[in-house]
Amino acid sequence: MTMPPWLDDLLWTYGNLVHALGVNGLLALSMYVVLAVGQLSLGQAAFMGLGAYSSALMTIVLGWPFWAVLPLSVVAPVLFALVIGVPTLRLSGVYLAIATIGLGEVLRAVYLNVDLFGGALGLSGIPERAGDTLIYGLLFAALAALWLVGRSGIGRAMEAMREDETAAAVMGVNLLRYKMGALLASAALAGLAGCLNAHVSSFIGPNEYGFEPAVTILSFALLGGIGTPLGPVLGAFVLTLLPELLRDLSDLRLVLNGVIIVVAVLFLPGGLLPWRLRRRAA
Amino acid sequence: MLAQQLVNGVLLGATYALFALGFTLMFGVLKVINLTYGFYFSAGALVALWLVRSRGLGIWTALPLAAVAAGLIAVAVDWLLLTRLRTRQRAGAGVADGHAGRGAGAVFRADRLARVGHPPPAARVINGDALQLGPVRVTEAQLLILAAVGVLIAALVWLLRGTKLGLAIRAMADRPDAAELMGIDTARAAAIVSFLSGCLAGAGGVLIGLQRNAIHPYMGEEMMLRGFVVIIVGGLGDIRGAVVAGLLLGLVEVLTAGYLGSSLKEAVAFLLLVAVLWTQPSGLFGRAVPAG
Repeated sequence: MTMPPWLDDLLWTYGNLVHALGVNGLLALSMYVVLAVGQLSLGQAAFMGLGAYSSALMTIVLGWPFWAVLPLSVVAPVLFALVIGVPTLRLSGVYLAIATIGLGEVLRAVYLNVDLFGGALGLSGIPERAGDTLIYGLLFAALAALWLVGRSGIGRAMEAMREDETAAAVMGVNLLRYKMGALLASAALAGLAGCLNAHVSSFIGPNEYGFEPAVTILSFALLGGIGTPLGPVLGAFVLTLLPELLRDLSDLRLVLNGVIIVVAVLFLPGGLLPWRLRRRAA
Repeated sequence: MLAQQLVNGVLLGATYALFALGFTLMFGVLKVINLTYGFYFSAGALVALWLVRSRGLGIWTALPLAAVAAGLIAVAVDWLLLTRLRTRQRAGAGVADGHAGRGAGAVFRADRLARVGHPPPAARVINGDALQLGPVRVTEAQLLILAAVGVLIAALVWLLRGTKLGLAIRAMADRPDAAELMGIDTARAAAIVSFLSGCLAGAGGVLIGLQRNAIHPYMGEEMMLRGFVVIIVGGLGDIRGAVVAGLLLGLVEVLTAGYLGSSLKEAVAFLLLVAVLWTQPSGLFGRAVPAG
């Protein structure tokens, strides 16, 4: 594929940022899926880390080809999501939130202390197998899939349970099945994002997948709004670009980021894109 | 050796229980995932450090002042952010958890605002002399924590079970709307609960800082994971559960570190959490909050 020289220049200069935008867009979508059924997970970074570490090990240690590694990178996050989701999704949402916070912190401790995961140094020298075409291709595929699901009867059920669980259950929505499905899909998306991230940045470390990144991923969705899948992606783009634009402010950057989130939560309760998906009348 | 480890486990567990007291109170009554709790804990310790160092107060004067300061910070955060989110949540009906998350995210950021201002002083306040009791050694600071946990639990149980205010708080934990209909000023009760849990966090920060001989702005964050494990294992909002689960976690961690290796401590703490969620999701004593 040939590209115009200006685009080539742009990609060369801002390559990492372009990767990060795509990967964060995928993470924002993984957050969206959980929030769309009215649940809160603070484990998106942990699921991403599981995808990143497991795929990096498959590539480095086992030497498997990338076309096999990419789909397999969803296995570990989905398994952990099952172990956590089965007991907690029957209870009020607080339990899922707490268990996922715990998951992130524990995995960080495990990565730090187990030799296989490279300890504090992380894993480096991961071959660059993913590219912008793949990242953005998957982002658009995920966006389109979630858009279609959102417009279907499944999306209607998800929106109903987000607004009022009891009423949705009375109307025959199987709450547990939808919540479980959303959590597993979300873990899989985050795992893919992790795999892509590991295979474009050549290095992954234990601190990239702890609690703070999880809150950042949550803030993508809060800023963008969860009426449509586009909202979180927009939020991810804004919150990924903003720190780059504000690089000169160094420490104050965090403060400003924080102010933006607080203001967004208090004054923009629907996010930047508050509109909802349109559906045909039933 | 085993005796010493059991004693160490109980003493460590007492610090976890101390940390979790205010945490479980806040959760049980306000039903909000308030991630600033770790910050109140650090703030209490830092205020006490400042009072002792710069104002020349004795530690026993500084302790209650620092606890009150942390309580006031908690009320301020609650008033600024959480109350608004809670009222909106009631109006919007049913999106409770998503909104709790918004609160969490917002407040976490707010916490970060507060954090940037602190230099990280790791400071010694008192030296804990070690005592030899038969086969085991304990420090005075450790015994102090044990005593403090006992006193704070007794005070909290008395407040919740023996006073009219406690009755109002328990009613609110049970059914906020029904409590309001019975004439309870729930906004005031929520502010008082915030204040109390902030005070407990602040006092915990001072005492645990004394025991560890180190005070720094991130000490609360480091306790949060244990705090979550303790309140889930003990049952959300259950004071007795928080104490038992705190001691259990302390024992499990010390024994894991002693016999399996200290790098597995966090993993074992998490396994304990998952095991309780699978077998007894309501915690050892609590009633689970069902979905819906």
